Amino acid sequence: MTDFLYENVIFRLIYCNLSGSSDKCVNEYGYVQGIFPAGFEWLAFLLAGFLLAFIFINGILGAVILSIWGERRLYGRFQNRLGPNRWGPWGLFSSVADAIKVMFKEDVVPSDADRLLFNIAPILMVFPVFMIFSVIPMGIGTFVVDLNVGLLFILSVTSMSGLAVVIAAWASGNRIAIFSGLRAVAVLISYEIPMALSLVGVLMFAGTLSLGGIVEQQKIPFILLQPLGFFVFFLASLAEINRTPFDLTEAESELGAGYLNDYSSMKFGIFFLAEFAATIGSSAIITTVFLSGWKGPDILPSQFWFLLKLVIVLIAIVWVRMSWPRLRIDQILELAWKGLFELTLINIVATAILVTIWPNPTMGEIWIMAGINWLVAIPSVIVVGKVLRRKDNKTIQAGRDNEPYPVGTETLAPSLVNKVGEK
Amino acid sequence: MEYYFHQYGVLLIYTVLALFVPVGMLLVSYMAQFIKVRPSRPTQVKLSAYESGLPPFSPKPVMFNFRYYYYALLFVVFDVETVIIYPWAVKYGLLSQQFGFIALGAMLVFLFVVTIPFVYAWRKGDLEWIYNQK
Repeated sequence: MTDFLYENVIFRLIYCNLSGSSDKCVNEYGYVQGIFPAGFEWLAFLLAGFLLAFIFINGILGAVILSIWGERRLYGRFQNRLGPNRWGPWGLFSSVADAIKVMFKEDVVPSDADRLLFNIAPILMVFPVFMIFSVIPMGIGTFVVDLNVGLLFILSVTSMSGLAVVIAAWASGNRIAIFSGLRAVAVLISYEIPMALSLVGVLMFAGTLSLGGIVEQQKIPFILLQPLGFFVFFLASLAEINRTPFDLTEAESELGAGYLNDYSSMKFGIFFLAEFAATIGSSAIITTVFLSGWKGPDILPSQFWFLLKLVIVLIAIVWVRMSWPRLRIDQILELAWKGLFELTLINIVATAILVTIWPNPTMGEIWIMAGINWLVAIPSVIVVGKVLRRKDNKTIQAGRDNEPYPVGTETLAPSLVNKVGEK
Repeated sequence: MEYYFHQYGVLLIYTVLALFVPVGMLLVSYMAQFIKVRPSRPTQVKLSAYESGLPPFSPKPVMFNFRYYYYALLFVVFDVETVIIYPWAVKYGLLSQQFGFIALGAMLVFLFVVTIPFVYAWRKGDLEWIYNQK
């Protein structure tokens, strides 16, 4: 218990104030007398764990409400309009109003739907997103747990959201939803590989999977040491959270609302919550792994630096969304398999060579490594971009002689296929 | 040992709460039906699948492009690769101090073996979404 109490400040505060004459609290941290009598340490442990989880999950919900408002204000700025400004000061309460409204809407379950799966899907969607936040250190001693397999835990938990999307799509019994779900799975599984491999360089420098350990190992932010890894991870996490330019699961002009087509009321609300919480979650991962997490000058508390970096990444994601059009599905999958996958392999080999040459680098050697990595990163991104673009042009020219195949459309119903083919 | 027990105990409590929050939201929304706040007036049109306003004409089960399976198969291969690379990467600092470039060479052999099916799939055209048959 020593380690856990020592590391986790919030847990220690609650636990030591509750449990009566726990030896650790009295002898090592100087707490005098708790609320419970001696012998009730287990109850204090349960209550402290519950309160800790309660604080964090409510913090996430509050952050989601705030981030929806902030993003809508930013969209307003980008599109030269006002954005929400009616409810509360600067429209601050408009997301609260939306949340209350969505709760009291009629809940429609289509007659073709698989009722059990239809109800489970939103829960499965939001659960992994909550689990991301359990291992992220948000400041010195501010975390739920710091697992020694933290990064692997995040990767394994987030891969569940693909399952949730396909369950939601399948349970709706709606062909548009099913197409959307299949596309989502194709994109999610394709981008999971570059996402996982782009972190390998970070692991080689840090030598640990624990996120707290990764933050402590960053003498300079890993974005400087791992530009290629950051580039790939940023794109892959945009794809994993279904953001533009990779948001073809919810391409309105093709699929309506995609897998959300038949969802209404609170189930829709939970999907919405999961989507925005996932955005915050992936920005939190980027902040922790590449932007040195809670580290910053000592004039302000560590939690502030974490939040500041988180907000900067969130704004960058909104900026990307406002600036780029949606890509086609063939472009998205080609980018994952033919572009990002190769970039991660280059990154792994380059990083491995550097780590072998300088096993215990001094500060100057770290800067040399950063410089070499940038020299590797920029040309390889340019070369891969050129290769992908040339391929695209060739396909268009060759396509003239061939049968024009409608891009991105799935197989039509058999009754329709003959009519289209006959001309 | 006790340390891990406490850590995963807190994680378990967090997991239970993370599952309970969405379930509770759905339950509260469901309960609102009984105090006449949330309407519930299903009609046949409302309960049909929404296919852009047309009467639903999907065949069941829906047919879809078989290309999705190629990506699923490739994913299995390379996800296993990731699982094997991770422990190597975490301990690479120690390995390289002990074995030098041999530690890298061992992984390069593995990467080379895994790259062969990737190149094969690329040459065969399985990575293209639009399949131009010559």
